[in-house]
Amino acid sequence: MSGKLLYDLKSVSKTFVKGKEKITIFDKLDMSIAEGDFLAIMGPSGSGKTTLLNMLGGVDQPTGGEVFFNNSRVDTLSEGQLARWRANNIGFIFQFYNLMPMLNAARNVELPLLLTKLSSSQRKKSVETALKLVGLSDRATHMTSEMSGGQQQRVAIARAIVSDPKLLLCDEPTGDLDRKTADEILSMLQLLNRKFGKTIVMVTHDAAAAAYAKRTLHLDKGVFVEKDLAA
Amino acid sequence: MTFLKNIIGLIFRGLGLALKYIFLTISSPVWLPFWLIAYLVEHIAFVRNALIATDLYLPFKNMERTPLRFALTVFAIFIAFLIYGALTAFDNAMNAGVDLAADDRLVTVNKINFTQTLPIAYAQKVTAIEGVDSLVHMNWFGGYYKDPREQVITFAVDQTKLLEVYGDDMLLDETHHKNWLRNQQGLLVGELVAKKYGWKVGDRIPLNSNIFSKMDGASVWDFVIEGVYSGKFKQADTNGVYFHYKYFNEALAFGSNQIGWLGIKTTDPSINEKVIKAIDDMFVNSPFETETVPEKAFNKSFIARMGDIGLIVTSSVSAAFFIILVIVGFSMALAIRERTNEIGVMKTLGFTSRRIFKMVLMESMMLACLGGTVGLAASSFVIKQVTSSPQFPLAGLMLNGEIIMQAIILMVFLGLITGIVPAINALRLNIITALSRR
Repeated sequence: MSGKLLYDLKSVSKTFVKGKEKITIFDKLDMSIAEGDFLAIMGPSGSGKTTLLNMLGGVDQPTGGEVFFNNSRVDTLSEGQLARWRANNIGFIFQFYNLMPMLNAARNVELPLLLTKLSSSQRKKSVETALKLVGLSDRATHMTSEMSGGQQQRVAIARAIVSDPKLLLCDEPTGDLDRKTADEILSMLQLLNRKFGKTIVMVTHDAAAAAYAKRTLHLDKGVFVEKDLAA
Repeated sequence: MTFLKNIIGLIFRGLGLALKYIFLTISSPVWLPFWLIAYLVEHIAFVRNALIATDLYLPFKNMERTPLRFALTVFAIFIAFLIYGALTAFDNAMNAGVDLAADDRLVTVNKINFTQTLPIAYAQKVTAIEGVDSLVHMNWFGGYYKDPREQVITFAVDQTKLLEVYGDDMLLDETHHKNWLRNQQGLLVGELVAKKYGWKVGDRIPLNSNIFSKMDGASVWDFVIEGVYSGKFKQADTNGVYFHYKYFNEALAFGSNQIGWLGIKTTDPSINEKVIKAIDDMFVNSPFETETVPEKAFNKSFIARMGDIGLIVTSSVSAAFFIILVIVGFSMALAIRERTNEIGVMKTLGFTSRRIFKMVLMESMMLACLGGTVGLAASSFVIKQVTSSPQFPLAGLMLNGEIIMQAIILMVFLGLITGIVPAINALRLNIITALSRR
């Protein structure tokens, strides 16, 4: 790992209480992510991949340890502060796209910008740039229900990058797509990483998808079992 | 068998679609303005920016997503406010006599009940009481025009005193007034009555009485219209018709020198109680004891005899609102439940829980305000249509500022009460739980 440290998880633990049972997802997990990294996290179901991703995205909080983002502690932020932090720093890409059905492609992409103080023309410009980047300029006014899965995921990517976040978190981004479309989406993520310097963390079951990443971490029962540092 | 099932399925689907489009057509006056606004929002930048700045844009877009549910919900609210507007205006018009009754006016009737008469000599005696500024004696004539079902509210009055007591309410041309005073068979007609029958000054009108007949046995009384009065304010009652007591009294076959009641104007409302006591004390233990009350109280008890309009209005409006509350509340809860995943996504993107709470509440408020405004506009239209008919007898039926203000408060209340539970649910919604629901 090289470059400036973006994310640093120190001795992070996560436990759930289910009835009388205490379930430990992680126990004193350490992890670092550098700026410009493209990291794939793989592992069997229930290994804690999604919980880890949620924690990195600030939608779930650890029950122990410390989480630093850009040298600032984020695990102690309140819900409102975390929401603002997410809006400023994180772009999310989901397996099932999670687009708003009542908005067209451009309006979906614009959604994170509604949280900013950008003017209408600035928002419009950013949306156009993001849509151009994912190759959907000509579909801006189309409703997402009229689009294929691959196109919808590209809209979701445009939404994730429109506010120029430092980190993109992808939860099985190709899990609902065929191989060809999945490769297109992964190439796009690779481009965002290589050309635009976006740091990407991707959770996946798919080894072929993980191959697009700079490195892969294997998680099993809350522990990293193997590290692949191949670039 | 399968073929038959398919056919039945197709028929039901067709019927469902037909019903849907029939309803959408019927309710188009409700949702069509919304769709027009929605179009403008998407195409006029400053409108859209204003909605974005006030967090109304997404709630607005959410209302577009299920047209049938939206139309049904707004239609239900529309009906509630249509009923509210029309019934409240009716109640107000019925009570206008109470609200507009002057504070310095009293009514003296026979203590037994107001249908019993009093001797005419009482008028002279009461005039002499300290604090009485002026008075007019009046008799109920029981008039009708041609058909007994065409009742005309007719009074035989002391023509010289009528305007002294009721001049603050009635607007009458000076020449018409003089002509009416001069002609014993002269009739002073209210604007609404004149409009209803197409009467004008100079017309000869025969009026029948279902109570009184003349000495020659005839029940038809001949009149000449000498004046048409209007109200000095919008809600003033111009349904009455007045003629000379002298003409009435001299022609009567029975019951002469009797009056129905006294309309009294005091020199100052503050001495009303004193005047009331003086009048009633004067005739205590006489064969014709009196009961004097302020005009407001008299009008109120008169309306109460026709039934508790207020209770009927309150009950109807409350029932309508309760049903609408359940429908809209259920609809909102369902809509938010269906959007659980989307709310989770919005929170993930950085929308705070408080902001989402506000948006959900705004959505139910917008629904209530949209349906309510259209409903109120429709009730105003209905009232205008009804009151423009010359056959309509109720003066002052209108949506006044007070009713509109109350309706706005009700809209906000309806929006709050139907949106608060879904909004709290959205506020509390955990992102991980929300994202796991599809």
